[in-house]
Amino acid sequence: MIINHPILGPRDSQEFTYLGDAALIDRPDWQAENAADQFHDYLYLRDNPAGEHRELWFHEQGDRSWLVVTRNTVTHEILNVELARDVARARGRSK
Amino acid sequence: MGKFDNHGLKAISPLGGHEPRVDAFTGLLIREVADRALASLAARQGQEEAVKSAAASYLGGALPAPASWSEAGVYAAWWMGPDLWMVSAPHDSHELMAGDLKQAVGDAGSVVEQTDGWCRFDIEGPRCFDVLERLCNANVRAGKAGDATRTSMEHLGVFLLCQEPGQKYAVIGPRSSAGSLHHALVAAAKSVI
Repeated sequence: MIINHPILGPRDSQEFTYLGDAALIDRPDWQAENAADQFHDYLYLRDNPAGEHRELWFHEQGDRSWLVVTRNTVTHEILNVELARDVARARGRSK
Repeated sequence: MGKFDNHGLKAISPLGGHEPRVDAFTGLLIREVADRALASLAARQGQEEAVKSAAASYLGGALPAPASWSEAGVYAAWWMGPDLWMVSAPHDSHELMAGDLKQAVGDAGSVVEQTDGWCRFDIEGPRCFDVLERLCNANVRAGKAGDATRTSMEHLGVFLLCQEPGQKYAVIGPRSSAGSLHHALVAAAKSVI
């Protein structure tokens, strides 16, 4: 499987490690009224789609950037690769 | 020269010797390099352009583009990741480079002294391709001078800098695993030469 890194071009997937659902970017506000419930859902509840899935990959044996990879879990086709920091900033996460 | 020169201690190289190690094969020379000072430079968020221009005036040349390295005068630098570079200079004349670089970039960037964190092996000779293609999955035969690839050799994350395709490369890896990296280079050389 080849992951088309947005900066470095096509790289072998063995250079990457997988973290999980890209929804992990949306970390709940720890000061919210129902923070405990939100963190329960954030930690334990995952979608398990047969089809397109956005997920976090780490280019460990490369430039150490985090990526958001859109992958079809049925065919393993990789549809889109973005830098996770760009995705996070676009969602208002700037830290 | 640095201000701590009268300590009477003798530095050892990453492989533990008093002189850098050299391994010669037919068509390949593996040379331990212990005389480079290193410092990493990271641009802080939103300060990328400020760091690039401050670093360019300090280094005398622009910071390298992604996946490449460049040199200007005594300084060399390679791209490590998004908004992150490693800067290198001769250790004897630039032992305090990290401090100077920090002064040059100010609050726009973060600088970390890296000299003792890494080991470096320069490999030279016409058998470079044969050895490197057994060690890492970088596409060395398609590479060109100025390429800087972060890849892995012997399960170690390393930087591979191409100085002359097929002839001259630098391999920079973690100093605490210098022995393993050296073993991998020598074993690969012995298996092909």
